[in-house]
Formats: sequence, C-alpha cells, structure tokens
Amino acid sequence: MNEFNLDQTSVRELNAALHNPDLAVNESSWKITNSKGRHAVAVGIDATLDVQINGHVGYYCAGMNKKALVTINGHCGAGVAENMMSGTVRVKGNASQYAGATAHGGLLVIDGDASSRCGISMKGINIVVKGNVGHMSAFMAQKGCLVVCGDAGDALGDSLYEARLYVRGKVASLGADCIEKPMQEEHRAELQALLDEAEITECSANEFRRYGSARKLYNFTIDNVGAY
Amino acid sequence: MCGIVGLFSKSRQIESQLGMYLSEMLVEMTERGPDSAGIAIYRNPTDAKHTKLTVLSPENEYDWQQVSKDLSQRYNGEVTFEVRGNQATYTVPGGEEGITAWLHQHHPDLKLISSGSTIEIYKSMGLPSRVIDKFNINELTGTHALGHTRMATESAVTTHHSHPFSTGEDLCLVHNGSLSNHNRLRRVLRKKGIIFHTDNDSEVAAGYIASRLQQGDNLDQALTASIDDLDGFYTFAVGTKDGFAVMRDPIACKPAVIAETDDWVAMASEYRAIAVLPGAAEADCWEPVPAKVYSWKH
Repeated sequence: MNEFNLDQTSVRELNAALHNPDLAVNESSWKITNSKGRHAVAVGIDATLDVQINGHVGYYCAGMNKKALVTINGHCGAGVAENMMSGTVRVKGNASQYAGATAHGGLLVIDGDASSRCGISMKGINIVVKGNVGHMSAFMAQKGCLVVCGDAGDALGDSLYEARLYVRGKVASLGADCIEKPMQEEHRAELQALLDEAEITECSANEFRRYGSARKLYNFTIDNVGAY
Repeated sequence: MCGIVGLFSKSRQIESQLGMYLSEMLVEMTERGPDSAGIAIYRNPTDAKHTKLTVLSPENEYDWQQVSKDLSQRYNGEVTFEVRGNQATYTVPGGEEGITAWLHQHHPDLKLISSGSTIEIYKSMGLPSRVIDKFNINELTGTHALGHTRMATESAVTTHHSHPFSTGEDLCLVHNGSLSNHNRLRRVLRKKGIIFHTDNDSEVAAGYIASRLQQGDNLDQALTASIDDLDGFYTFAVGTKDGFAVMRDPIACKPAVIAETDDWVAMASEYRAIAVLPGAAEADCWEPVPAKVYSWKH
C-alpha cells in the first residue's frame, strides 16, 4: 500500500508518482489522506490502480482517468472525473457542478447528490447518481447513460444527442428537444446492469422513466429559413 | 474570479480567535484573487448612543488625533479611536448622518468605508497575507466576519474598488462574479440618492441592496429582488449586525460551499478555505442551491 499525506507531499508529487510507468503490480493500492479540498488530486492516471482518497477534494479530481478505480470518501468540488476515458470513479459524498463532463468512457458513481450540469457534453461515460442532480444536467450529452435515482432539476437533457437518461424521481423540467421515451426490455436490461455495477440495491430498473433526444435539432429546418 | 469567505461563530473559542481563523481562510483563497483583499468584522459593539466610523486615508501617516479632536467638536462629546494601517475606527457619541459631507469638508483625503454599531471594514491592494499583516487582522476578536480576495475583471485595481462595500449601517456586501447591467442600474440608483465612489459593478450591487433596504425590504426580500434586477453571474455574501446571508444567482456558475459545526458556520468559494477550521472534516457540508437565500443570526 502506497500512502500519501497531502499535508506533507504536494499534489504534483502525488500525481507524478501515480503516472510513473514503472509501477510494479504490487504497488497498485494507494491511500491518500488530508486532501482538504485540494484541486486536481489523482488526475491523469493510466494504469489499473486502486486509489482511495480519505477526505473532501477540490476541482477536477480523477480527471482524464484511464483504467483506475478512484474512490473519494468525501465530497467533491467541480468537475470530478472530467473527461474520464475508462475505469471507475466512486464519490461517497456529494459532487459539485459538471461531474463527469465531456467524459468518453468508464463509470462514475455518486452516492450523494450531484449539483448542476452533471454529465454536460458526456461522450460515452455512464454516470449513476444515487441522489438528485441539479439543473442543466446532461446538457448536449452525446453518448452514454445518466442514471438518476432521485430527482432531476430544470432543463434536463437540453439539446441532447444520443445519450440515454434514466430518472426514478421527478424531473423539474425537460430541456429543448428532450422527450420522454418508452422503457423497453433492452433499456431495462441496460439500466439494471448499470445499477448492479454501481452496487445499488435499493431500487430496480422498473421504477425508472427514460428520456432521450427528439432529434429535431439535428438538422436545419428549412421552414425556419425566414427567421435568419 | 474572486474568493469569498465568511465565518460566523457559535462559540466563545471561535469568537476569541475570529480574526485568525478568517485570515487563514482568506489566505487559502489567494489564487482566486491576488490583487486586493478586504474584510468586514463585527466586534466590540457600541451602546445605542454611539456609532463606529471606519475611515481610510490614502497615506499611511495621518494626523488621526486631529480628526479625533474635530469629531469631538462636531459631536460635542468624547471620541475614542483605534488606528490600523492607514485606517482608523472612531467611536463617536451620535449617529452617522451627514458625516460623509462633514469629512469631505474637513478632511477631504479621508473616505468613510463603514459605519454602524459593530462593523469595521479593512481593505487594501495586495495579496491577502499582506493585507492581513497591514491591519493586524489576526489579533481581532468578533462574532462574525466576511472576507474577499479580488481578481479585477471589469474596473481598476484600487483600494476603493476592493470589497467589502458598505451598504448601510452595519451592512456590507462581498461579491464573486460580474454584473452586466451595472451602468444603467447605477444611473437609476443615483437618482434615488445612492452615492457611488467608483465605476465598480459590485458597488452597484451594494447600492442596490442599500436602496431596497431603505425602501423597507428586509435583507431576504432585497436579495430575492436582486434576482430580477441584476443581470450577470454572482455569489453574494452580505454581512449584517447579527449575522450574514449568502445567495447565488439562478444559473449558479460561481462557486460556493457552506459548512456548519456546533462551533461555527462558514461559507467560502471553495472547500479548501473551510478545511483550515477546527473540526472541518466532520462538519455538515453542502453547496447552496441557486437563487435561495441562506442566512444566520446570533
């Protein structure tokens, strides 16, 4: 077990150690203490590491993650798992705005609530939020699934592309071009697999509604030409 | 960018070291605003017959004793004062009515930056750590305080452009964000008699709150009304005689986090500023939702 106390070691030294290409197999387990809201903790990992962070973190924690499992035993500032490529990021507390923004792959699980703009411009990541998400979540989301076990704030899925949104609770309002779509067997199976992967046993896929793009903003509508 | 911090004490221990804790919080926000810093601290309340006036001189040396004598004459009674850096706080036997005009006539170099029974504002250009040392903020005791570190985006870097801005007796405002309709709003407010010293957007927000309060709004109502009348991005923290209030605009791009323990309530632009407080790791900690007023009172 590698231990880093961020009161004694800088975030830059920690990240350099996590990026070391010569890490041995027996060095895959990491524990980080005294994170104290510091920014950019455990960003840019490209290895199958198991990183435990004990405490709250600041901005962009586990950003650009590849392959690693990063667990945050606390709350997160803005942009957790931003642009993640693969691997898993688990937040035991709440996450601030734009969690999982622009991320291409992997799984982000938030045990608490996520704030505004969760999954903005997501490009293939799967995000599972046990609590609620704030306004403008999944804005321009292109690919992947956003699963919300609680409620969603205003303008969910505004200008959505092909991401799939599953919400168990209430949706305050849907954004432009986002509509409710029927839950079919393939969706229930996809959703149940994500709930299982996120280790959520409190609810089942049958309790969710599905939202997606009406695909009306994809192409210019010639009838609107007079408006320009 | 800018950094905001606020600390509200719920215990004697925090009160006795309020200046030190607030200073640590403010220094942690240095990267969010390195060009100027300021604090408003609520301490040493006067009785109902007295008022505290904090004035700022452009020079470090000033004949503060002479000002004291002149104020004694004006108020026809004993005046006490305390000097910190290039500022002094006078306790005068009377109210603040007409004092701005009196200062302009008798000591035109001096600017009144706060007045009331408990508030004192200290602000200056420079890094938070330097501003804290200049005024010896570390040694101050008090019940609650706000701090601000500024990264100027829309008007000049001067002491007068820095926060907190006084918005009336025992009231002040700090702001992280930018307002886009401040020029028009400043013209409207000037017609209503609000005085502005700079072209700064946050001063307009302060003037707006002051104007609403003069019209009879309470603080919650004034802040809620600002959602319709102020165009832009903002997180506001407003200090009052008994506590403070926090509000974010409806889009809520500008950050804010609040934490509470049995000993204190704290707000900051980022959690790392709160992490310096005793018991922070175990505190209840949350992000204020958009367009909602959060307030605490003693």
